[in-house]
Amino acid sequence: MSEPVTISARQIGWQRRREALEDFWLQYRRDRNGMIGLVILVLMIAVALAAPLLASSRGLNPALATYPANADPGWHYPLGTDSDGRSVLTELIWGSRISLLIGFAATALSMVIGALIGIVAGHFGTLNHWFGRQTDNVLMRFTDWFLVVPFLPLAIVLARTLGPSLHVIIIVIGITSWPGTARIIRAQALAVENRPYLERARALGAGHWHQMSKHVLPNVMPLLIANTILTVAGTILSETTLSFLGLGDPTRASWGEMLNGAFNNGVGTGNALWLIAPGIAIIAVVMGFTLVGHATEAVLDPKLRER
Amino acid sequence: MSGAFLDGALAAAQERRGEEERAARGGSGLARSLGVKVLSAAVTLLFVLVFNFFLFRVLPADPARNLARGTTLTATQMAAINKTFGIGLPLWQQFTNYFVQTFHGNLGISFQYHIPVSQVIGKALWPTILLVGTSTVLSTVIGVWMGIRGGWKHGSAFDQISNGVNNTLYAMPDFWLGMVLLIAFSSKWFLFPAGGMNSVTGNLSGLHGLLDLLWHLTLPCVVLTLVYLAEYSLVMRSSLIDELGNDYLLTARAKGLRDAMVRSRHAVPNALLPSITLIMLNLGFVISGAITTETVFSWPGLGLASYNALNFPDYPVLEGCFLLFSAAVIVANLIADLLLTVLDPRVRQA
Repeated sequence: MSEPVTISARQIGWQRRREALEDFWLQYRRDRNGMIGLVILVLMIAVALAAPLLASSRGLNPALATYPANADPGWHYPLGTDSDGRSVLTELIWGSRISLLIGFAATALSMVIGALIGIVAGHFGTLNHWFGRQTDNVLMRFTDWFLVVPFLPLAIVLARTLGPSLHVIIIVIGITSWPGTARIIRAQALAVENRPYLERARALGAGHWHQMSKHVLPNVMPLLIANTILTVAGTILSETTLSFLGLGDPTRASWGEMLNGAFNNGVGTGNALWLIAPGIAIIAVVMGFTLVGHATEAVLDPKLRER
Repeated sequence: MSGAFLDGALAAAQERRGEEERAARGGSGLARSLGVKVLSAAVTLLFVLVFNFFLFRVLPADPARNLARGTTLTATQMAAINKTFGIGLPLWQQFTNYFVQTFHGNLGISFQYHIPVSQVIGKALWPTILLVGTSTVLSTVIGVWMGIRGGWKHGSAFDQISNGVNNTLYAMPDFWLGMVLLIAFSSKWFLFPAGGMNSVTGNLSGLHGLLDLLWHLTLPCVVLTLVYLAEYSLVMRSSLIDELGNDYLLTARAKGLRDAMVRSRHAVPNALLPSITLIMLNLGFVISGAITTETVFSWPGLGLASYNALNFPDYPVLEGCFLLFSAAVIVANLIADLLLTVLDPRVRQA
C-alpha cells in the first residue's frame, strides 16, 4: 500500500481549476461556430504578433514609400497601394496590432470599472441597510446616466479636449463602454448574493471586501469573461468609428485610420482594396470575438445553448 | 459598443421589471410610477445640462479668437466679444446665464458660420429626422419580420442564413458599408447620386423634387436600415425563442388554432416587448449614430453638422448638438419606459 499523498488546499484549488478548464474546453469544442471564431481570432492575433516578420515597418513610413500611389495589386504590393504609395498589405498587418491593442486595453479598462461598480452595487444593495441601498441607488443612477449620454458626442468631446493619441482613445472608449458590463454584473451579483454560502460567510464574520472578492467575484467571473469577449468586439468597432471621424492617432496606422485615409483621399477613383481590405479585416475580427463570446456564454450558461 | 450595449439594455429592461415589482408596493401604481419616471428623466436632463456647461468651459475655447479666426481684431474688440460671452464673470453667474439662455433657445454663435447655433441646428434637423425616421421604420419592419420567421422555425435554413447575414451586418462598420455602396452604385455604376440631399441643378418643385429627394435618400437609408435591422432581428428571434416554451402556446395549439395564428396572435405580441424597448432606445441613439453615415453621403443633417464642427473645432455647435443628442436619448428612454409600463402589466404594481 502506498503512502497517502498530502496536498495543500491551494493545490486542490488549482487542480479543480484545471479540471474545470478541461471540461469547458471539451464542451466548447463541440460548438462549430465557436471553433470558427476561435480559429479566426488565433489567426488574427498571430498575424498581429508576427507583424515584424511578415512586413517591414519601414513600409509604413510615407517618406520612404517608393511604390506608385493608388496602384492596383502588383508583385510587391499584393493589395495595391494607398495614396501615399504605401503597400496596403503592410498597413493591414501592422494595423492589426494597433486595432487589437486598443480593443483589448479599452475593454480591460471598461471591464475593471464595470465589474467593480457592478459587484459593489450588487453587494451593498442586498444588505438590509439604508446606507447599502443608497449606495446601490447612487451607483445605478450614475450608470444609467452614462448609458443615456450618447457615446459618439461624449467621445468626440473628450477626444477633442485631451488630444489625439493612443492613450486618450483607450481611455475614451473604456469609460464609455463600462455601463453595459456594470448592469449585467450587478444583476448577476444580486443573484449570487442570495445564495447560502454568502449567508454562511456573513455569519462567520466575513467583511465586505472578503465577501465581494472571495465569494461574489469568482461566481460572477464566467459571465464577466463572456461579456468581456463580446465587449472587445464593440470596442474595436468604436475605435474604427473614432478614427474615421479623425479623432484617432494619425501617426499610428490602425484599420480605422486606413478607412479614414481612404475616405479623405478619394478612394473611389483609385485602388478600391484600400477601402475593402481593412473593412473585411474588421468584420472578421469582430465576428470572431462575437462567435467566441456567444459560444463561451452558451457553455457557461446551459440555458443559452441551442440558439 | 453595440454588443455590450444590447445586453446591457436588455438586462436593464429586465432589471427594471424586477425593480418595479419591488418598488411599486403601495400607492396608486400606474400614475405614481409614471410620475416618478418623468421626474427622473427631468433630473437626468438637468445633470446633462450641468455636465455640458462644465465640459465646454473646460475646453480651451477662447471665443473671441475662435470667432475671429481669419480676420484681425484689436484688443478692445476682443475684450468686447469676450464680455458678451461672459468670460470675465464669476462661474455661478456664467452658469445661470447659460441656463437662462438655453431655456430661451439661445445656444450661442457658431464659430464657423457666424450665425446662431439654433439656426444651424434648425436647418439640419429635418434632414436627419427624415433619414433616421425612414430607416427606422424600414429596419423595424424588416428586422422584426426576419426575427419572427427565423425564431419560429429556429434551426431551419432560413434561420441559419439570416443568422449569418445578421451577424455579418452587426460586425460591419456602418460607414464602411456606406463607402462600399457609394463606390459601387455611384462611382462604378452611375445609378445613384454621390451625396447631398438635392441635385444642384434642375427643377426641384412638386413631384420632380420629391422624386429627386427620394433618389438621394436611397443609399444612406439603405445603409442605416441594413445596420439596424440586424440588431432588431437578433433580439426578436431571441425573445420569440424564449416564448416558445410557454404553456399558453400549448393551450392555443390544443384548441386547434393554426400554427400561423398561434404565432401571430399569441407568441409574437408577448415576444415583441423587448423589441419595442430596443426600438425606442435605439431611436434616441440613432440620431447621434447617424453621424458617420451622414458624413459619408454628405447628407446635410445634424451628423454632418457635428462632423464639420468637430474638425474646425466649432465648440458652440458641438455643445448644441451634444445637448440635442442627449435630450433625444433621454426622451426616447422615457417613452420606452412609459410604453413598457403601459404595455406590460407585470411591470406595474405587482
